[in-house]
This record gives sequence, C-alpha cells and structure tokens, in this order.
Amino acid sequence: MDIFLQQIVNGLTLGSIYALVALGYTMVYGILGLINFAHGEVVMVGAMVALMVMKALAASGLPAPIIFLIALFAAAIACMALGFTIERIAYRPLRNAPRLAPLITAIGVSIVLQQMAMIIWGRSYHSVPQLLPSENHEFFGAQITELQVIILIVAALTMAGLMLLVNRTRLGRAMRATAENPAIAGLMGVDANRIIAMTFLIGSALGALAGVLVSANYGIAHHHMGFILGLKAFTAAVLGGIGNLGGAMVGGVLLGLIEALGAGYIGDLTGGILGSHYQDVFAFFVLIVVLVFRPSGLMGEKVSERA
Amino acid sequence: MALFLAVTPFVVGAALGNAWLRVLDFALLYIMLALGLNIVVGFAGLLDLGYIAFYAVGAYTYALLASPHFGLHWPAWAILPIGALVAGIFGVLLGAPTLRLRGDYLAIVTLGFGEIIRIFMNNLNAPINITNGPKGIARIDPISIGGHSLSKSIDVFGITVPGLTLYYYLFLVLTVLIVIVGIRLQNSRIGRAWVAIREDEVAAKACGIDTRNVKLLAFAMGASFGGVAGGLFAGFQEFVSPESFGLMESIMVLCMVVLGGMGHIPGVILGGLLLAVLPEAFRHGAVPMQNWAFGKVLIDPENLRMLLFGLALILVMLYKPAGLWPEKQHRLEMRK
Repeated sequence: MDIFLQQIVNGLTLGSIYALVALGYTMVYGILGLINFAHGEVVMVGAMVALMVMKALAASGLPAPIIFLIALFAAAIACMALGFTIERIAYRPLRNAPRLAPLITAIGVSIVLQQMAMIIWGRSYHSVPQLLPSENHEFFGAQITELQVIILIVAALTMAGLMLLVNRTRLGRAMRATAENPAIAGLMGVDANRIIAMTFLIGSALGALAGVLVSANYGIAHHHMGFILGLKAFTAAVLGGIGNLGGAMVGGVLLGLIEALGAGYIGDLTGGILGSHYQDVFAFFVLIVVLVFRPSGLMGEKVSERA
Repeated sequence: MALFLAVTPFVVGAALGNAWLRVLDFALLYIMLALGLNIVVGFAGLLDLGYIAFYAVGAYTYALLASPHFGLHWPAWAILPIGALVAGIFGVLLGAPTLRLRGDYLAIVTLGFGEIIRIFMNNLNAPINITNGPKGIARIDPISIGGHSLSKSIDVFGITVPGLTLYYYLFLVLTVLIVIVGIRLQNSRIGRAWVAIREDEVAAKACGIDTRNVKLLAFAMGASFGGVAGGLFAGFQEFVSPESFGLMESIMVLCMVVLGGMGHIPGVILGGLLLAVLPEAFRHGAVPMQNWAFGKVLIDPENLRMLLFGLALILVMLYKPAGLWPEKQHRLEMRK
C-alpha cells in the first residue's frame, strides 16, 4: 500500500510538470496546427537561466525563497523573449507553407538551441541549489517532500489561472476564436498575429515554470533535459487530445501516473521479465492503445474526416 | 553519369583519403533510407517519425544471423531479403493499428514505436540474451560476394581496389535498384493511389481505392527498403548497437526527404547527399578554419557541425518551403 501511495505522489508531481509543458504544445497546436518541436528546448533554457541567476545571487544574502522567485522571474522573461523570437523567425514566414516545412524549421530551432546551450553552459550536469524547503513528511507510509507539495500547488494554481484566462477574459476569447477559424476571427477584429504571439509568450512562460520546477525536483539541470521532457509532454498532449487545454492537463497527470506506477509494478506484473527500464515502453504503449480506440485522444473532439 | 559515379570513389579516395570514402558509403546508405521514407511520407503523405526502427530491424536481423553471437553465419544474400521481409512485417505491425490516425497523431505514434523498438534492443539481454543490450553485437561477418569479403581490398588489373570502394559499388548498385523500383512504383497504379490518399483521403476512397491496404502497402514497402539499408549497414560496420538508432536519426532522414523535396526522387537523393556529406565537411573544416580566423579553436567542431545543420534546416525551409528540388506538379498544388 505504501509503495502504491508513494508512486501516486511521485506520479502526480511528475505529471503536473508534464502537464505544464504539454500546455505549451497544445496551445500552439490548437491555434497554428503546428508541433512546436522547439518547446522542450525552451523549457531547458528556462531551467538553465534560472540556475545561472541562482548561482549569481547565491552570495547576495537574500533569503532563499526570494532568490528562487527572482530566478523564476528571470527564466520566464528569457523564455518569453525566446518563444517570441522563435515564432517570428521560424514559424510566421511559413504560415501558409506546406505542412511539413514549419515542422522542419522547428526541428532546426531545437537543434540550434541545444547546441547553443552546450556551447554556453557546457556538456556537464549542473547541480541545482536547494532553495525551497524540502523536508520529508510521512503520510500514510509514503514519503512526501515539501517541495513536491509546492510543485503540486503551484502547478494547480497556474493551470487554474490559465483556464480563467482562456475562458473568461477578452484575450482568451480572442485566442479561442483564432483557434476556431483565424480568417473569421480576423474579420471580427481579432489581430491574429498578436494572438499567436501572445500564445507563444504564455506557453513559453509556462515552459519556464516547468523547467525551474523539474530541475528543483531532481536537483540537476543539463543541456539535454529539454529533449526527453518535451517528448514526454508532447506524448501527454496527444494522449489527452492535442489542441485541448483540459486534455493536456489530464494527459500530463495521467502520463506521470502511468510512468510512476509502471516503473513501480512492471517487474511484479511480468514476473521479473521486464524491469523498470521499460517504463518508457509502458508510456508509449498506453499512448498507442488509447489512440487505437480514441484516434483523437482522450478529450479531443471527434473530428470528422474532411478534405 | 555512370562513368562519373564509377570514378568518384577513386577520385575521392586519392584526393581526400579513406575517411571520405567512408562518408560516401554512408551517404549512399542514407540515400537508400531517404528513398524508403519518401514512399511513406512523400508519396502517401503519412508522417513517420520512427522510420529508423526499420533500419534497426534490418541491421539486427543481419547481426543475429551472421555473427558469433548465436554462432550463425548465413550469407548476406540470404539475409538481406529476410531483413527486408522482417522489416516489412514490422511496417505492417506499425501500420495496422494506426490506420485511423491522421497527421500529427500518426507522427507521435510512429515516434513512440521507434522508441519502443530501441528500448527493447537496449534491454533484451535479459532474461534471454537476444540483442546483447547496450553493448551491441560485434564481430558481424562482412558482406561477401563470390567468396570474397568486401572488407578486404582486391587487385584488378594491377590496381588495388580498397574494400570501402567495393562497398561503394555494392551500395551504388542497390541504390540505383531502389531508385528504379521507386520510379516504377510512382508511375504505377499503386503510386497514383498513394498520391491520391496524400492529397485527399476521402476522395481517394470514393474513387474506389482500398485505402487500408494501400496505406499498409506504403508502410511495408518503405519499411522493407529501410530493412535492406539496415542489413547493409550491419555488414558494412561489422558492429551494431542501439545507439545508432535514436530518434535523432529518424529526424535526420526525415529532414533529407523534406529538405530535398518530398515525393520527388531526384530531390530526395539530393537531400540525402547534402545532409550526409556537408556536416562531415564542416566537421573536417571547422578546426583549421577557426585556427585560421581566430588563432585557436573557439567552438567544438561537433557543436559547430550540429549548429550549422540546424541553421541550414531553418534557412532552407524559410526560402524554399517545398524543398530544394520539388516536384513540379506538387509545387503547383501547394501554391493554391
């Protein structure tokens, strides 16, 4: 029982981070119909920038949580600038190009960012200073750190805020209208370019938050972390139904749980034949099964085949 | 043209050395892969991000049947068709459950499939040792023709032809074969059915095309080309490990197809050649160039190579969104 609960807690923490990254993918996809392959790299840049700020302020004598907040803020600004630039340079000129062209530029941007990060920050793994309280608490036999609780709360609040933004504000309405039909939204006086830029800004800020949280959770950051995180988050977004905000959240949390439980139990279930290194197989296998039965994801709308 | 292709290895070998001959051999392998993927992505319009899995299946088939690992030493000519068949079966295995998926959903499932194959190769050393895990399979038999191993040089009329050149000719012959098959397919009933599905699946269905079988066929054909290339890779390299079959490789092959011009065989060949050769050129040129310009090496050549590769992808797509050498008909359609 305690292992089960432990894995649930770990899965929820991991899953809420996946969800934050997945939101970045799904928002862009919803509006542009584009897989923003570079988003994982934006997350990585967020983590690295935050780390740099933390190191620079380490000797300043400020209380640790304040340093953390400053670092988070700096990371968000850097990522928003980055996301904005990426959209301007690599996606906007290709808005009416063949479908695969922006995918290739996205891959190109992703490679460039990764190499730049390697040149700037080196190839080694960096340890991230513990700035947030991380004491362990017993909870029905499971170990929960305060950091995990903070991650869960922050992620939940952020997602609730995003839902409010999209469903209740003028900007949110414009975003939904652009996603529905950019041309008609334009006729109604929505500046599509501005909305798309805003989407990238919001998605990148969420990515920065996710990057900072994930590096705080594991205590390490490196130039390669964005790749696998982005892959998982993209899987989560598709699992939930890409283009759908609620779907990205559900998909992210679900993927985190699947991975954690899969890693915890796969050995017992298969009599020791498959070990925990098959956890990624498990995640992708669930994805494939879900898509076979629900081709547009768990919460995706049923799209009729159209020309 | 034929003469040019025949003389190339001697010129390259004499002027630039054996390292470049190797690059040339790899370029041909990549062209074969790109041509195979072109069937799936270019003709049928099914975005496949896990194509390298079929290359891996072909390579491992060869490795298991011709190495001391299981003590089997079958001849290459028996294994290559088996590899193509096994890869084709895997292609159908991937295609069957994903028939209903469209566009980007298909992309992520194929990506997941590629990762699954790689993870299995990495971990199938226990409880029964099949793939030897991350260590890979070494001491694979080189490909041999008529009892002569292609890894050794041969004397013809007093000229010593190195093994790398022999491999070059073998790969060249197979590439030409694949090109011919590709062109014949493109102009066949099946090829037109693929293009019809790419352009409009509903309309294709309405015209009486059995979209399910035709799509499966695209997956199987593309996969079996990949399987052949994989088998050749294993024999050429004499070593395989899961590391060679990561997602980055799939993306690389996809970039060749799209950069060159999807669905256009000459364009795809151009894309494969450029992306296989140019990064190598940068790698070799990077150190002397930096020494000359700055007096020291500022950026690691490996970093620089990938950096320029990424930039090239962005720039080419920005200025030629349909690829460097697109098909005429395709170009017209895309403009509307």
